[in-house]
Amino acid sequence: MTRMTMREAISKALWEEMERDERVFIQGEEVGVWGGTYAVTKGFYDHFGEKRVRDTPIAEAAIVGSAIGAAMTGLRPVAELMTINFAFVAMDHIVNEAAKLHYMFGGQFTLPLVIRAVSGGGRQLGATHSQSPDVIFAHFPGLKVVSPGTPADAKGLLKSAIRSEDPVLFIENATLYQMKGEVPDDEDYLEPLGKSKVQREGDDVTIVAYSKMVPAALKAADMLAEDGINAEVVDLRSLRPLDMDPVIASFKRTNRAVIVEEGWRSYGVGAEVSARIYELAFDYVDAPVKRVAQAEVPLPYNAELEQLALPQTEDIYHAAKEVLNG
Amino acid sequence: MEKKESLDLYKEMVIIRRLEERAAELYQLGKIGGFLHLYIGQEAISAGISSVRQPQDRLITAYRDHGWAISAGIDPKAVMAELLGKVDGCSKGRGGSMHMADTELNFWGGHAIVGAHIPLAAGLALGDVYQGNDDAVTICMFGDGSTNIGFFHEGLNLSKVWNLPVLWVCENNQYGMGTTVDRASAVSEIRQKAEGYGMANERIEGMDVMAVRQEVARVLEKIRKEGGPYLLEIMTYRYRGHSMGDPERYRDKAEVKKWEEEDPIGIYRKYLIENKIATAKGLDELDDEALQIVDEAEKFAEASPNPDKSTLFENIYVEPTPVEYRGYALEHESEEQ
Ligand SMILES: Cc1ncc(C[n+]2csc(CCOP(=O)(O)OP(=O)(O)O)c2C)c(N)n1
Ligand SMILES: [Mg+2]
Repeated sequence: MTRMTMREAISKALWEEMERDERVFIQGEEVGVWGGTYAVTKGFYDHFGEKRVRDTPIAEAAIVGSAIGAAMTGLRPVAELMTINFAFVAMDHIVNEAAKLHYMFGGQFTLPLVIRAVSGGGRQLGATHSQSPDVIFAHFPGLKVVSPGTPADAKGLLKSAIRSEDPVLFIENATLYQMKGEVPDDEDYLEPLGKSKVQREGDDVTIVAYSKMVPAALKAADMLAEDGINAEVVDLRSLRPLDMDPVIASFKRTNRAVIVEEGWRSYGVGAEVSARIYELAFDYVDAPVKRVAQAEVPLPYNAELEQLALPQTEDIYHAAKEVLNG
Repeated sequence: MEKKESLDLYKEMVIIRRLEERAAELYQLGKIGGFLHLYIGQEAISAGISSVRQPQDRLITAYRDHGWAISAGIDPKAVMAELLGKVDGCSKGRGGSMHMADTELNFWGGHAIVGAHIPLAAGLALGDVYQGNDDAVTICMFGDGSTNIGFFHEGLNLSKVWNLPVLWVCENNQYGMGTTVDRASAVSEIRQKAEGYGMANERIEGMDVMAVRQEVARVLEKIRKEGGPYLLEIMTYRYRGHSMGDPERYRDKAEVKKWEEEDPIGIYRKYLIENKIATAKGLDELDDEALQIVDEAEKFAEASPNPDKSTLFENIYVEPTPVEYRGYALEHESEEQ
């Protein structure tokens, strides 16, 4: 184990997989000479060279589209989108090609590609640059959508994504890059795709979260503990496939749940997870499931308004108290 | 040009320069957040073009927009207040650095998705043609890097097919973030891209405001007379990083220094003195006035309040529309009331 930031964990996963497999290469805007806008690929260009660390023009459709084509020939591209907001420029390739070609041609070829993208708000980047539209991509069968909430998971999940035969959208959160944690050194340390994980055990209330909302949920759980309440925090880690087993197992013990996401509530992760709780564990429901999410407004630049719109740790704490009193 | 106009043009460029230098300081102090893309080095383009833009000519640009906002006529106070996210900002504190606009001045913004505003420009021109505003030209600004995205090619093609009066202007500052034009573009001269769409085009120098002004006036008249689009590539250089916190590993200091010797403000200053339009002393006084305007803008912005929390949901829709979810904290606040 080594203590490192999530940025280092992601960087390490990429580095190790590139060392391990010649077919793995990176392409995207500013991934090479600049060293990655978020410094994730710092040093890669000098070490791996321009063949495997490919700076692209600002052309998201071509970045994703050509990665799909290269994957069709047996390569394992990691295409980086500077932020997930620019994925909309590449939407057709993500939705109509990456998610469908394997199925549509009867499984004749595979698309072992990873698309990395930074999601999330809270940095005063304005409405077009602050979105958390993760769930939109999870709507499409054929695409896997993964988003880690701890440095260790970031490493293990990204390595699995790169080794996966399927196209994976790997969503990072810029405000988590500095988050520190213990990360296994093992070069074959893999976390399975499509498996939720209990990040904290407790019997009183189930808090379901992923990505940036995991540390927020853990903090809220600490606050609840001071009140004598033991919250269990389940980290989805993957939005598709969605693994409900640990959620349901937890809910059957606690009978109460709060679902947290950074994005908007309508048609969101909370909607999906709570519906599944009602489908799978209706008899165990002691209180209506609560959802904590972003206010339904395009995020404003002004810091005060932006924070007002974003879900906060206190909101999770209060929601948990409410489901317990309900 | 009238003497006063010549001097105003000088002052405008100095205001842009000083305001952005101040913005960089305020950014370091944490008073400005998010991204801050400085225009320093490129001022001759916004000043030159705006000095010949007619009121009916619509203007649209990308996120490097402070210079454009000021040249378009937005009060530096409203620009500074927007940078600080205050309610008196030109976008009421919602937009920030990248999203300045004042449609009364026919300035249609500051757009942060690379190239996304390019098709919009075709639509602005379509709106004018459709409504019989025969005298109007839409001026669309964009960077060299944004000519590699599909939006650009779709927008240019459409403008030619529909013969729309758009002046497409590439501000070629030679980098898209850290990527040089030759590493990102198949052709080394951006203007060549217009050839593929059968569009008239030209490359000009952008550090001399008088030259920019003259060339653009000529092209605008041509579009007004003959209709149809035209692409101008204007060579320039940004002195600062792409945004704040750019490590600038992609270029060496000597290159920046070389271009700093071509400072558009210095060039124009020399022109004004050599042609006896102004004295050094007179220009120094204008420098002081510009600085004072920036001081006042800063004071104004600092004093302006944050937008009221109750206005968070304003302007999502035009028509009265329920806000379905106000977010956890706000919903509970309203329950308490
Ligand atoms: C679709 C999209 N992709 C990527 C970005 C990130 N980005 C912002 S500015 C920029 C560089 C643009 O360069 P250029 O067009 O030359 O304009 P300049 O910054 O030089 O003024 C990039 C890659 C973005 N905003 N939108
Ligand atoms: Mg540029």
